[in-house]
Amino acid sequence: MRDVLAAFILLNAVVLIVTYLTYVERKFAARMQSRIGPYRVGRPHGWLQPIADAIKLVIKEDIIPALADRPVYNLAPIVFLIPSLLIFATIPFAPGLGLADLNIGLLFFLAVSSLEIVGLFMGGWGSNNKYALLSAMRGVNQIISYEVPFVLTALIPVLLAGSLQLSAIVEAQRGLWFVAYPVLGQLAFIAFVIATIASENRVPFDILEAESELVAGFRVEYSGMKFALIQLAEYTHMFGVSCLGALLFLGGWLGPGSAHPVVGAAWFLLKALFIFLLVTWVRWSFVRIRVDQILGLSWKVLLPATLILLMATGFWVALRSGHVA
Amino acid sequence: MSDYVPVLIYAAFILAFAVTSLGVAALLRPSRSYDAKLLNYECGSEPIGAAWVQFPVGFYLVALVFLLFDVLAVFLFPWALTLRDLGLAAFWAMALFLFILSLGWLYAYREGMLDWK
Repeated sequence: MRDVLAAFILLNAVVLIVTYLTYVERKFAARMQSRIGPYRVGRPHGWLQPIADAIKLVIKEDIIPALADRPVYNLAPIVFLIPSLLIFATIPFAPGLGLADLNIGLLFFLAVSSLEIVGLFMGGWGSNNKYALLSAMRGVNQIISYEVPFVLTALIPVLLAGSLQLSAIVEAQRGLWFVAYPVLGQLAFIAFVIATIASENRVPFDILEAESELVAGFRVEYSGMKFALIQLAEYTHMFGVSCLGALLFLGGWLGPGSAHPVVGAAWFLLKALFIFLLVTWVRWSFVRIRVDQILGLSWKVLLPATLILLMATGFWVALRSGHVA
Repeated sequence: MSDYVPVLIYAAFILAFAVTSLGVAALLRPSRSYDAKLLNYECGSEPIGAAWVQFPVGFYLVALVFLLFDVLAVFLFPWALTLRDLGLAAFWAMALFLFILSLGWLYAYREGMLDWK
């Protein structure tokens, strides 16, 4: 019974937070462009805008193209949504405040979060639209290319902490956050952020969304609630990866007064928000780069760089372990 | 295994959430479709042919390289977990393995397999 309640609360909390992240991003982007952003719906500062958007999308007509592969087309938003929400199952928000602190937490996160590609491709393929299919192919191509550097950078905190359990990784940072480790930590964090941006398909790696050439990518044929679910899934995934970054590099819930679960959770959400805004900042500052540059960056630069970084960390950890070969 | 029970419950809730929200929308939304509305979007003109066509082989090459390095990641997980206990011997073993693998990477690089064409 306790589990059912916890799962229900977690789902609602995540959906609520993510709904308001869209508002945060719109306000942040507006400020960067010297605009005000959403302002009319709700006082002050249009705080009811996400709710208004949700109501609008619920009552919009659902158009299924006549040529679409109907089962695949209809299932895609659900398949896309499930992994992006499921990654929150293992995330500890504060000591003991999380749904399931699995001992393979990080592995679970990485495995489930990469399942998102399936929904993305189903949407692109099922639409039977040339833009959508092109976008889906580019998306799979890019996401799997950045999957490897992403996993390799996520392994660096594992090496330092000696555990895959996310709460244990946070506890290992009690002395010093992993991002503060000389040279290694900063380089690993930068590589992590780059891989995050690429696997979230954000600018400068947004060739699959590319509104000026592919209109909106794989979701071009979706409307109404299905579109809403796809957008929700995308933002949820982004928030999930930001949370992972906060856990792996920024010390999770650690901070002054973090013994109290509420203060700890506040620190954690603040750090996750920091990574989210970092990605948003990059999004509104850079231009889109070409596909050959995107793939070249992954396979020729990021992959060897993260491998070398991983081995350097491994050498340091092995030296400190005290066993001499 | 009891650790995974909450995860399963949570997954069921997510599925229920997705299905109910789609169901609620189905009750509330209008449905006035006609043929032109159901056409695929192609900049306003009538779509030419289906979208399901053959794709350049470059995509499959990327998938192959990905598979190679993802298997490497599978090896790295247990290594990263136990390195503290095993010490330098485990480090050199993995370094040798990665050296051989990087020769393959270098070959792929020289052959231009990592260039997008």
